[in-house]
Amino acid sequence: MTDKNTSYSAAGEVGSVRMRRTRLQRTWVELKKAPPTAIIGLVVIVFYIVLALFAPLIAPYGEAEVLPNPYAPWSSDHWLGTDQIGRDLLSRLIYGARNTIGIAFLTTLLAFLIGGALGLVAAINRSWLDQLLSRGVDVLMAIPSLIFALMLLSIVGPSAGSLIIIIAVLDSTRVFRVTRAVAINVAVMEYVEAAVLRGEGLGWIMRREILPNIMPPLVAEFGLRFCFVFLTIAALSFLGVGIQPPTADWGTMVRETANLIQFAKFDLRAGVTPLLPAGAIALLTVAVNFVVDWFLHKTSGIRDEQ
Amino acid sequence: MSNSGGDRLLEMRNIRIEGFADEKWNPIIRGVDLSLDRGEVLGLIGESGAGKSTLGKASMGYTQPGCRISGGTIVFDGIDLRELSSSRLQRIWGSRIAYVAQSAAASFNPAHKLIDQTVAAAVREGISSDSTARDDARKLYASLQLPEPGSIGERYPHQVSGGQLQRVMTAMALSPRPDLIIFDEPTTALDVTTQVEVLGAIRDIVENFNTAAIYITHDLAVVAQMADRIKVLRYGNEVEEADTREMLAEPKMDYTKSLWAVRTLRKEAKSSAKNVLDIENVDASYGGSAKVLHDVSIRLPLGRTVAIVGESGSGKSTAARVVTGLLPASNGRVLFNGDQLPPDIKNRSKEQLRRIQMIYQMADTAMNPRQTVGEIIGRPLEFYHGLKGKEKEAKVFELLESIELNEEFYDRLPGELSGGQKQRICISRALAAEPDVIICDEVTSALDQIVQEGILQLLMRQQRERGISYLFITHDIATVEAISDEIVVMLNGRVVEQGIKDEVLSPPHPEYTEKLLKSVPEMDPCWLDRVFQEKSIAV
Amino acid sequence: MAVVSTIIKRLLLGLLTLFVVSLIIFGSIQFLPGDFAEAVLGQAATTETVAAFRKELGLDQPSYIRYFDWIGSVMTGDFGTSFSGRAASGVDRSRSVAELIAPRLANTLFLAGMTAVVAVPLALILGITAALWRNSYYDRIVNASTLTTISFPEFFVAYILVLLLGTLWAVFPSLADVQQGMSFGERVYKTALPSLTLTLVIVAHLMRMTRAAIINLLASPYIEMAQLKGESPMRVILFHALPNAWAPIATVTAFNLAYLVVGVVVVEVVFVYPGIGQLMVDAVSSRDIPVVQACALIFAATYILLNLIADVIGIATNPRLLHPK
Repeated sequence: MTDKNTSYSAAGEVGSVRMRRTRLQRTWVELKKAPPTAIIGLVVIVFYIVLALFAPLIAPYGEAEVLPNPYAPWSSDHWLGTDQIGRDLLSRLIYGARNTIGIAFLTTLLAFLIGGALGLVAAINRSWLDQLLSRGVDVLMAIPSLIFALMLLSIVGPSAGSLIIIIAVLDSTRVFRVTRAVAINVAVMEYVEAAVLRGEGLGWIMRREILPNIMPPLVAEFGLRFCFVFLTIAALSFLGVGIQPPTADWGTMVRETANLIQFAKFDLRAGVTPLLPAGAIALLTVAVNFVVDWFLHKTSGIRDEQ
Repeated sequence: MSNSGGDRLLEMRNIRIEGFADEKWNPIIRGVDLSLDRGEVLGLIGESGAGKSTLGKASMGYTQPGCRISGGTIVFDGIDLRELSSSRLQRIWGSRIAYVAQSAAASFNPAHKLIDQTVAAAVREGISSDSTARDDARKLYASLQLPEPGSIGERYPHQVSGGQLQRVMTAMALSPRPDLIIFDEPTTALDVTTQVEVLGAIRDIVENFNTAAIYITHDLAVVAQMADRIKVLRYGNEVEEADTREMLAEPKMDYTKSLWAVRTLRKEAKSSAKNVLDIENVDASYGGSAKVLHDVSIRLPLGRTVAIVGESGSGKSTAARVVTGLLPASNGRVLFNGDQLPPDIKNRSKEQLRRIQMIYQMADTAMNPRQTVGEIIGRPLEFYHGLKGKEKEAKVFELLESIELNEEFYDRLPGELSGGQKQRICISRALAAEPDVIICDEVTSALDQIVQEGILQLLMRQQRERGISYLFITHDIATVEAISDEIVVMLNGRVVEQGIKDEVLSPPHPEYTEKLLKSVPEMDPCWLDRVFQEKSIAV
Repeated sequence: MAVVSTIIKRLLLGLLTLFVVSLIIFGSIQFLPGDFAEAVLGQAATTETVAAFRKELGLDQPSYIRYFDWIGSVMTGDFGTSFSGRAASGVDRSRSVAELIAPRLANTLFLAGMTAVVAVPLALILGITAALWRNSYYDRIVNASTLTTISFPEFFVAYILVLLLGTLWAVFPSLADVQQGMSFGERVYKTALPSLTLTLVIVAHLMRMTRAAIINLLASPYIEMAQLKGESPMRVILFHALPNAWAPIATVTAFNLAYLVVGVVVVEVVFVYPGIGQLMVDAVSSRDIPVVQACALIFAATYILLNLIADVIGIATNPRLLHPK
């Protein structure tokens, strides 16, 4: 076969060829290009993780260790003072990282296991099961989740376990919707049809064709859901029906130290004390949001740059 | 048709346009000159990414958000458009330069009546009073051969068809009687039989009002009908410009010649006694709703190519779905080498699946963006033939070789390939199964013309070497002529006729085939005139 | 007409949702571990008091009868009797739930209404202008500050305001203890800080969503077409974008007002505002089930109603439904 136009060759066509690198190298290149907000976010997240993992080593006092002087002001012994029954606030703040973030992380993970699995099944099955799950989720989402959580907690009573399960189930409705939506978008792709035509089994199609392509949006969603869960649990603890004392937890700490705020005129440091755990919550959610923003920007642009 | 009176209307000099992407400004147009006289029609042609649409819009002094004109001058009737304030520029757009977009359905505001949108610019600019503008609009509708011209304007965009909307948009552009109209691929989204009507309407009206126009398209045959002069663009540069007849007769540049080449590709039709595939009296419907296939019978001779042609909604893709088993037929049967295939894909054996492969129109969506070329081609080798490790790799290299690519591509992801390379990978994935039949669903229609030829050559070579039979679905008659042995014409879910290529393409034809063939634009600049002459004689 | 029938369908769907939600709220009580009556009356309660209490609640009846009894009374405004005020001895000083809720619901609606009146127009203006001048410094500042604000828990915003405006510069009271018989002006003054807190939170969310919706709309080919017809930027917005923007704007507004309903709970607790949110939190702590149920039903109904209104606006302004083929 002779080509009429010799100047043309298939291999010579211009594609957007990039240098091939290992995953680690690529991550490093991406990181170097990341905007400052994302870098700050990543640094903050790493800092929180270190605090949470090494809390007993870092904290000067025990989590629930009651010391003789309640409401102690900021000093070299107690950098952030003590609370109403004499527990060191800095230590509780550090332990709080472990408890608050840990519980929120577990809850989000559980929500993703439930919602993600059902969402995938619904997206592939698309029959009565999909209908049933989708309508059920519609109804559950018609009740504001904080209100629903309050109601269920009043029935089963507040404890870390019931908190995790209730919030995870309520939040899995949103995970279900997102997973189902992105999985359906992928499932209608022709490469999935090509796999079906080849005779591939459901397991292969799920694992090799669909999952790799829905991971980026799901990872971003995990960040956003984590923020939401984290804020919901903080709000419930603040309301006194979430994580229960003596477990150190930021939402509870805000509630317990809130009345210090009125002494701000006499001692600004006392007035700022209740804002510290609240600020700790805010800082983490801001950091996660910054990172998710950057991640979304990256992954949405990666597919078709034309 | 030639109207060049030497009166210069538009003069663009050394235009440079950039678009912002990947954190930097990238050139789209790299220094192009363009001039246009009053009443003259200039055709801008080029493949995707050539920058023809960007250049067309720039002639109005407009760039899309994210783009900027970084150099050059645009002088329209003595006015430097780049120096104008935005409000003065808006007045020019409203009164003297108009734009007709590719997708009329998306370009009309869904919230307003057609006639309100038609007359808005003329009334706003005080060119005519509201009532005269409306009367004029109804006359324009009539001269564009829209049905019920008196009342069609009272409808909303979603209430009329795509071809009608495109004509209403032409009326909208003409309403202020502009000096210049930019037509940006106005018929690309239409079926051929609709396209011919719209082309005729546009050309008559542009001639009657002596309006200058820039006609942007990727279709050579269309531009041959519409333009006095043709300018060819590639990668933001001008390739060449010449009078239409001159350009068609003797293009100077290699690139332009290669654009013409696909039109000359033509395979000798052969027949074959034995059929590899028989579709017999098939009915099919989606989810129990109205039938989309009615008593469809198609035969595919061994080692030959059968092209199924038809417009959108004719059922040609549905027929392919029945063959693959994705859509089980409600009636009738599909025979493979004389044995009946189970209607539902779930009941077919691996061997039955292997022997019928499919290639899609959009290579982009037909390959998993997260798998490398090696994985994509390797999977059928492993799945059907049990090849593993080195053996599989060697076979993939061999297949890459046979589609004129090389080992370097093994580790690439689909996102790193050009459009033509992607389609080649899809072909080799089908070849890897070593099938008897490949269903090709519009495999070249998303590709640039120059790439199309290469793909068609590749498919024909594979047929010669491996004796594969193709069921080739397309709406493009030029492709059909190039590749097929037999042709099936479909309309509204029914087969109009099937026969050897030369018989189907030469008269006498059934009525619909006649209409379809007549509607396919030819490179001859007189083609459109001839079509309408014949029509008026027939009427 | 297509519009009317679509709206009727949507209303029926809303009713159905409300019915299922009421079933869920009622049904969750069935999972209450242990004996209800003992939990309320305490360990010391005699068998007779417990039996009498169980009978009063109808616990001896099958659950579907109890549901219809409950939902029937709810329709007439009777939410039953609060558990609090009951003692083991059988002395009953409890009050009716409706009586407890009515004044507090009015307070909450006042707070939410006051916030919405300020927040919704402000957020829409900010969102639309940010979309129009996108990538300008104005857009970037508004964007970064709202991204930060939506990451803050409500109580953080609330306590910052208390610290700044309630303590250091005591402009507004940090306790929003409104009472009956207060003048309108006094009420507004007392409610200033909680309302400001909610405004900040809502504006951040609503502004971001409005901006995204408008940007999405401005990317439509018909907007470019309008520009190429020489329409001025103002006319492009008012005449071409706005008629198609009602549905997305209504949706994001309803979503955020629904969010307001939830945010109210935390803010009321911070400022000790006598609203329905605080009542619900107190009832949850004391496990006063009838009050919790009533509050949950009211919150859920408001939520469903808001989304219903948004959908109806979307349907009523959809040209495809208004002018069927």
